[in-house]
Amino acid sequence: MGKAVGVKLIDEYGRRHDGRLPDQMRPVRMRINVLENADGSALVEYGRTRILAAVYGPREPVQKFMALPDRALLRVRYHMAPFSTEERKSPAPSRREIELSKVIREAFEDIILVKYFPRTAIDIFLEVLQADGGTRTAAVTAASLALANAGIPMKALVAGVAVGKIEGQLVLDVDEIEDGSGEADMPVAYAPDIEKITLFQLNGVLTREELEKGLNMALSAIRELVELEKRTLKEEYVSTEEV
Amino acid sequence: MAQRTIVTPGDKLPGDVEAKEPYVVEINGVKVATTIGLLDTSGEKPVYIPLQSIYVPKKGDVVIGLVQSVGVVNWTLDINSPYNGVLPASDFLGRPYNPATDDLSQYLQVGDYVKVKIVAFDRTRNPLLTVQDKGLGKIVDGKILEVQPSKIPRIIGKKRSMLEMLKKETGCEIFVAVNGRIHVKCPDEDRETILILAIKMIERQAHTTGLTARVQEYIEELKKVKGVE
Repeated sequence: MGKAVGVKLIDEYGRRHDGRLPDQMRPVRMRINVLENADGSALVEYGRTRILAAVYGPREPVQKFMALPDRALLRVRYHMAPFSTEERKSPAPSRREIELSKVIREAFEDIILVKYFPRTAIDIFLEVLQADGGTRTAAVTAASLALANAGIPMKALVAGVAVGKIEGQLVLDVDEIEDGSGEADMPVAYAPDIEKITLFQLNGVLTREELEKGLNMALSAIRELVELEKRTLKEEYVSTEEV
Repeated sequence: MAQRTIVTPGDKLPGDVEAKEPYVVEINGVKVATTIGLLDTSGEKPVYIPLQSIYVPKKGDVVIGLVQSVGVVNWTLDINSPYNGVLPASDFLGRPYNPATDDLSQYLQVGDYVKVKIVAFDRTRNPLLTVQDKGLGKIVDGKILEVQPSKIPRIIGKKRSMLEMLKKETGCEIFVAVNGRIHVKCPDEDRETILILAIKMIERQAHTTGLTARVQEYIEELKKVKGVE
């Protein structure tokens, strides 16, 4: 990894290294009910990035002292599998994984209706099976689907996508190569139904105009992602209708 | 004709929709669905039926609990809910109880199913259970099925139509607990299999219309295959 030297990330026709246009996402795939033991589960793919999400609860917290008297305790574990990257990643949680667990948890704290289940715990496990950039945003999408699949009441569905800047141009849904040699990376998670941004980070430098333009690119992509989430959830019931 | 649409979390619902919290909440004056559900607009008022729900204990509910641990003065029961139930020893035994002389695992062991009633629950403490009522107590025969709690109303049916049909067609005794557990007692194994298959079919197709007639047809077909009268 690191910086790709001598590689043109955007060619003379304005196409990116994998043939995408600047405002084009990688092919997205979503599936729910992929795990039998979890209350809710989802598998989300953004191109080669692949995330497995499992949701348990509300249930009695394993450590009872952690229970909160007025709302459910939300716990998120974002973890990269040792085989998810090109070089083996140590399975021990890294500083980066602990931080991402925190920001993803915060992305859902105002979305899940935790006050209806005091003294319980809701666990979200996010396992990165294959990493190719944009894992945290794909993880948010997977978590949102798995929560809906588990029947946990939530105000709206959430999805995430990252906007990056490469060779002076804003691009949607950056992958590993673009992320490694780009000038900026801005992951966003958004709940279109209640018009709330629940995760917003920026790594690198963007001008005020670029930030605004990039944010709008992300938001319109997320609206489409949430539509796809809704279709995925509905299909689960439509397919059983003709049995 | 029934007008039913599937709604997902975040979808806006009509203002006069009939639904229970937390499946529908008001955000900025707009009713919003919080789980996957069905919006039925065929009646006078639109009705929201959650397709997935979490069982929250309510005082007076009769549920089937699974003994999770045996304590010194009580049992802890998994009642298929975020909160575990507590069954005091003195209540189960119906007499004053002395932990020095009585061993609770003699009466109920881990893995036993018990039919219990919820006496009190206010979310600050775990639900308190009792067996001191008609028909309650340890379940000693039959089988327990587990379904999603949201499918229970469908298994009972309008004015118990589905449940009565199941009982009549299979000749089994069926007790449906609101927490998603069903206790069945059948005269023979074939009938039990038929009943289980029928209940699984209801669970799978709970959101479709005209289900009672289809399940009845399905049971008759199975009976022919199994050669059951």
